[in-house]
Amino acid sequence: MSNAPADVHDVKKEVRGYMIVFGSLAFLTILTVLISRLHFGLVGNVAIALLIATFKASLVACFFMHLISERTLIYFLLIFTLGNLFFLFGLLLWGYGDILMGARFVS
Amino acid sequence: MSSVHVLPYTVSPRQDTGLFNAKLGIWLFLGSEVMLFGGLFSAYILLRMGAPNWPMGSTILSIPIGTFNTIVLITSSVTMVMAWVSLKLQELKKFRMYLGLTILLALTFLMVKAFEYGAKFSIHYHEYFPALFNLAVHRLAGGIAAMALVPKCILGFFFLWAVWSLAQVAFKDFSRFVRTAILLISVIAFIGIILTLFELGNRHSHHNFPPSYSTYMAIYFTLTGLHGLHVLGGIIVNGYFWGPGRRMWLDQPERFTNRIEVAGLYWHFVDLVWIFLFPVLYLL
Repeated sequence: MSNAPADVHDVKKEVRGYMIVFGSLAFLTILTVLISRLHFGLVGNVAIALLIATFKASLVACFFMHLISERTLIYFLLIFTLGNLFFLFGLLLWGYGDILMGARFVS
Repeated sequence: MSSVHVLPYTVSPRQDTGLFNAKLGIWLFLGSEVMLFGGLFSAYILLRMGAPNWPMGSTILSIPIGTFNTIVLITSSVTMVMAWVSLKLQELKKFRMYLGLTILLALTFLMVKAFEYGAKFSIHYHEYFPALFNLAVHRLAGGIAAMALVPKCILGFFFLWAVWSLAQVAFKDFSRFVRTAILLISVIAFIGIILTLFELGNRHSHHNFPPSYSTYMAIYFTLTGLHGLHVLGGIIVNGYFWGPGRRMWLDQPERFTNRIEVAGLYWHFVDLVWIFLFPVLYLL
């Protein structure tokens, strides 16, 4: 975001955008609750809920946090962070699926 | 000899990064926060995949309360960004109104959460102790219940203080429309807290679900507790900018605007974390 004095017309346009995002977030919250009452199986319900949550988070990040018009350095920083996060999740799943041969379990 | 040290790049961006320093700093901090919550989400996944049984969140937690709190946080994100926009438009009074609403909504979130937490610690001592000890245990339980009231009372005090401060600002400077809007949001927040009490009274207050009850409750309290601390941190920072911190506006308006942008980035991140916590803990 630039620090130049704001153009009133541009800002009013931005505000309209914020209100649309707010409406969308509220609608998607209600939608998440309603869809959770339907039965698509555990995997289906988890996938749908996380998909909607990711979309909502993207709206917040892109518009409220202004990521839609941010500097390249911030994008690099975010890609690095998310790369680390998914690496962490990957390690977790790998570790979960990779049980040592001959391991015995207490229960 | 004057030895005033002026911090560089608080207003103008650095040439190499294209950002003012505080903005790069907050993004680095948010990166570390992603990893902090990411680690705890990993713990959640591991616990859930390894558990022979996992409760449906909706059977232990109240979905209407969770939904209400989600809407409250989303609304606070809008009021936060509007506070920053108001400074861009050089309107300090509107800024104070929007930031005040953000604080009010954050307090509402914490109030609701405090009641929700409190209901998970219902003590049914009659079931666990023989009659002989009931009197002593009754007194002890009464004491614990009274202690649990303390954080709610503190939160309640700040909630009412925020409403009162907002009302003072609004009645001094704003039109009837804005005054009505502030009143409406305050009333909605208040009704939300009352409804929370009814909802808990109807369905959930007769159970005892402390963190030691199950791995689900343990990870629920860990995740929401850490998130709650972040909300509290946001209230403190925003409270400072709403009160004494706003003096910076008089001599360094651009720097102050940047500070609010940085505080806003943090606040939106807190909202973003809750967007994932709500379905994961309440709905799935």
